[in-house]
Amino acid sequence: MKRREFIKKAALSSFATVIGTEIVFGSRLMKGVIPLAMQDPDPFALFKKDKGMIVLNDKPWNIEARAHLLDDKVTPNSSMFIRNNGKVPEELVASEWTLTIDGESVKTKKTYTLADLKSKFQHHTYQLAVECGGNGRKEFDPPAKGNQWGVGAIHCASWTGVRLRDLLKDAGIKSDAVYIGFHAADVHLSGDNKKEPISRGCPMSKALQDETILAFKMNGENIPEIHGHPLRLVAGGWPASVSGKWVNRISIRNKVHDGNKMDGKSYRVPCKPVAPGEKVKDEDMCIIESMPVKSLITYPRSGAMLSKGKTLRIRGHAWAGELEVAKMEYSIDFGSTWNTCSIEKPVNRLAWQHFAAEIKFPKIGYYEVWARATDSNGEAQPMILPGWNPKGYLNNSCHRIALKVK
Amino acid sequence: MEGDTHKKKLVNRMVRLLQLVVVLLFVVIGSLIFFVNSNSMNSSSKPAEIISATEVVNDGDLDKIENGVHVRTGLLDAEGMMTVVNNCTNCHSAKLITQNRMSAEQWNETIKWMQETQNLWDLGANQEIIVKYLTTNYPYKKKGRRPILTDIDWYDLED
Repeated sequence: MKRREFIKKAALSSFATVIGTEIVFGSRLMKGVIPLAMQDPDPFALFKKDKGMIVLNDKPWNIEARAHLLDDKVTPNSSMFIRNNGKVPEELVASEWTLTIDGESVKTKKTYTLADLKSKFQHHTYQLAVECGGNGRKEFDPPAKGNQWGVGAIHCASWTGVRLRDLLKDAGIKSDAVYIGFHAADVHLSGDNKKEPISRGCPMSKALQDETILAFKMNGENIPEIHGHPLRLVAGGWPASVSGKWVNRISIRNKVHDGNKMDGKSYRVPCKPVAPGEKVKDEDMCIIESMPVKSLITYPRSGAMLSKGKTLRIRGHAWAGELEVAKMEYSIDFGSTWNTCSIEKPVNRLAWQHFAAEIKFPKIGYYEVWARATDSNGEAQPMILPGWNPKGYLNNSCHRIALKVK
Repeated sequence: MEGDTHKKKLVNRMVRLLQLVVVLLFVVIGSLIFFVNSNSMNSSSKPAEIISATEVVNDGDLDKIENGVHVRTGLLDAEGMMTVVNNCTNCHSAKLITQNRMSAEQWNETIKWMQETQNLWDLGANQEIIVKYLTTNYPYKKKGRRPILTDIDWYDLED
């Protein structure tokens, strides 16, 4: 028994050595599929992420960006946050991939190969802001359970795929359809193959939008495995958990989808506002739909020291869920006065918008630059935490960076 | 997919290399033991020495403590730590635990949720040990409605 244990341990350590050797010599490995199953301990190399990204969790993988890493207008893979609910599927073979449309409200259950999807339906490309519902959770007090996201669980990449609407219509939508729910190839953390790590969805109205797509390309290339290769549902402006990765089945439901993480308190907030720490019953929790208005200063990085008299050019992005950002402002006096930033129109609906401003500081000292976006309904970001909720979602309080003028 | 054939080839190569390495390992360990024991008069203690030596090495690696931290998981070394390691790091990383600062009530609720939905087993008497460890070593800190900016990495902005 002990001998067998010894052999097992020796074998495991040798395996690591062998893999190490193969990576050094194996240009072959880099060309092929990255063996995610081997769970390389260096996520930055494995997922090609910037070294400045923050690893919140390594089982399952949850990694976020810092604000200054999100400076690009279109987020590159290297700065895209990773949020997983389960284990990354081990077999992701695009040539064998199929997508099935089923459910109570489908007229004809249909299965498409990836090649079918690509050849039979028109392709569309959109830049879509995808933010984790729990982005900003770390600030909530009393604390909320889960990954303690700071500001970096947001990205706006360019996604290419086919409209979900075109597929649903091809299979046929019955008049009683209310919701769609996705199913995917990821594996439950417990290894129990009867459980799905996550199976969420959205109402038909969102599913039928132009910009709700089943994507097979990200930033013009195959989607990286960790972000959903070979097929990902992308629903911009809604909690990122609606944008299911590794999708292989979509059910048209005649009721609100009841897959894992649709129920209980997951991706839900109290239907009526509650005091911090208050107990809320499951039946009093409502599903999050559009994300609230928010912005990030992506330049300069917090901690900049500049000399007196110098003009500082700040820039960043702002987004507003289903809406557009109508106004962007900054403050250098803790919100006493606000100044206008220039703000660009979105490239397409549901893309984030880019802002910029030039700031002159009146005297030397410590400053904070605060950014505040206002959406097309006139709702602005709060300066302090918005309404407390048990799971710590929807923190859209204004972003702050620290500066010194010398 | 082309990459898949590569993957299979790669796995085959690794299995072969692995076999080679294991064999080599045994040859090396075997000759080491032979060498050590050839200097000793007591040849009957050979098997016992093999087992104890490997046990010390492997257990030392898995549960090494450095500066009061359990190296493998990052958990603080304190009463109840191994109970947490053994019950709470099988499905998820210890990072998910240490990120969260919760009250005993919240931890108990979380355990109940994991038992109902995540296939966590009945912890029995270990539950109290685990919750006590977590609330003692990772206590809840008040943050207020908006904390001050901390951990600022100051740098000269060249423009």
